[in-house]
Amino acid sequence: MIAFLLRRIATFVATLAIASVVIFAALELLPGDPAQIMLGIDAPPDALEALQKKLGVDRPMVERYFTWIGGLVVGDMGESFTYVMPVSELIMTRLGVTLPLALLAALISVAIGVPVGLYAAANHKTPRDYGVMIFGQLGIAIPNFWFAILLVLVFSIYLGWFPAGGFPGWSAGFWPAIKALILPAFSLAIVEAAIFARISRSAVLDVLREDFVRTARAKGLSRKSTLVKHVLRNAMIPIITICGLELSSLLVGTIVIEQVFNIPGLGRLVFQSLTQLDLMVVKNLIMLLVALVVFINLVVDLLYAVIDPRLKHQGH
Amino acid sequence: MLQVKNLNITLAGATRDISIVKDVSFELDAGRSLGVVGESGSGKSMTALAVMGLLPGAIRASGSINLAGQELLSLSEQEMCSVRGNKVAMIFQEPMTSLNPVQTIGRQVAEPLTLHKGMTRAAARQEAIRLLDRVGIPDAARRLDVYPHQLSGGQRQRVMIAIALSCSPKVLVADEPTTALDVTVQRQILDLLRELVSETRMALIIISHDLGVIGEMVDEMLVMYGGNVVERGQADKIFSQPAHPYTSRLLEAIPRFGMSRSERLKTIPGTMPEIGSEMKSCIFAGRCDLVCAECLQAPPPFVSVDDAHVAACIKAGRVMETAQ
Repeated sequence: MIAFLLRRIATFVATLAIASVVIFAALELLPGDPAQIMLGIDAPPDALEALQKKLGVDRPMVERYFTWIGGLVVGDMGESFTYVMPVSELIMTRLGVTLPLALLAALISVAIGVPVGLYAAANHKTPRDYGVMIFGQLGIAIPNFWFAILLVLVFSIYLGWFPAGGFPGWSAGFWPAIKALILPAFSLAIVEAAIFARISRSAVLDVLREDFVRTARAKGLSRKSTLVKHVLRNAMIPIITICGLELSSLLVGTIVIEQVFNIPGLGRLVFQSLTQLDLMVVKNLIMLLVALVVFINLVVDLLYAVIDPRLKHQGH
Repeated sequence: MLQVKNLNITLAGATRDISIVKDVSFELDAGRSLGVVGESGSGKSMTALAVMGLLPGAIRASGSINLAGQELLSLSEQEMCSVRGNKVAMIFQEPMTSLNPVQTIGRQVAEPLTLHKGMTRAAARQEAIRLLDRVGIPDAARRLDVYPHQLSGGQRQRVMIAIALSCSPKVLVADEPTTALDVTVQRQILDLLRELVSETRMALIIISHDLGVIGEMVDEMLVMYGGNVVERGQADKIFSQPAHPYTSRLLEAIPRFGMSRSERLKTIPGTMPEIGSEMKSCIFAGRCDLVCAECLQAPPPFVSVDDAHVAACIKAGRVMETAQ
């Protein structure tokens, strides 16, 4: 188990190192002077010079790379040129909105998708199964921003249950803040729930064909108990895998949904800093998103070992 | 104790029902063992699954399966659940895949005990140690918390036997229990089954395609061909004097010690008729040396050749003579 853990953590660190080099290099390769790009061609020369100094463009590339990495390790990401505040502080505030949003969306999609998939698998090749799959297909085919508009129309305009957009901040209290995240979370979750339903269904159907399912039935377990006690955990591996991928795509999905709901999250920050060429923010944001995705994959890998003892004992 | 009468197994098809097993009947007393022999596709596994009430999908059984006065075929699925693993238990061909890979051995052996006997987890765990010890798992108390992948094939089959034995079933069905195992391990598993039968007085149905494996350990034998029973009787009698040409050819196909290198194993030319084909003749006629005009006119009746020894062949007497 220790060896397994160390191997996975080493992969995690190596992936981050490679990603940081790629991100750094990509921004280095932008033609022209970054200070000029950020300030535009009409910038006054003294402001340009000040920014060039701040960015340290005159120093060698390798040195600047390690300065950046060194800063990342201690949480110093430099200063945003458009927001005039430390990038780390900016990102942390935004993360405090987007992370709960993504997790809420993930929770909703698992809570809907997995049971629905199980239900379809348990009723394999019956009208119930087909019905679920048709809805699943629709859920996947319809883009999430369209769901967002639909949800706003029904739940905020007609019913008035939830705000149509904006975010009051966590300082406004837990419930008002969560309330503002519910519609965005649902619009993100519907597509993911449909994917989960399909994946869970096929994972369960695969496991149902295994010999040990017949053994469970031969012990006298009912179909339902067999499903719950023997099939489910074995079907978790593909479900967890998709869970990791979905969480990553949820983080990306927030870019659009935060735009639609006017929520000051990470997604909106990505969008804004890209359009305003705030390279300091872009560089660190991308690094953060990569780190989050790689971290999610690490967690998924560790969960495999928890679920399937065969992986834990590898190499014994 | 177990009486199977006119068991028919059919697959409901789109246009017509396809018959998989026809008119199988046998009786089995406590402490006795029955071997069911046949090629793949002869219907032997389906017969076993019918006894367990575990026929897959659209396959249905009709006739009668009576276990100690209880008619199994008329039970509801829920009632059958309380019989399975409790009064009838089964072990399977593939010990490598028949255990749940993500549960400990202890939990899997204890499961039927908590399910059928209402034992607490702790009590079931204690009993699981005793069972694992009984089936020959060394250091059973310590093995309780290992996972199936940490055991060898033979040990896994022992665990399967422990699970099957847990509720002291009246009947144990073993479907090709040693086919996937090494020859030396095969012997040990068969010896264990034999010991358990005499110790617990349960009845054993053992299914195999290999006459050599089970012939010497069972009391009675059922030879199946193309979904039909072609010969039934005491195992030693069938062995020494088969009355059906198919059984006779099967016995000839077993390799023996002392065969010379130039001597080739006998095979049975031809193939078994496809499942569901309606036979107006003897089902074995196409591969039989002794075939005559009469064989092609109608399926043969059972001919009684000895006390409780029958064969579905009009020339049963002649087959027995040649065997001697």
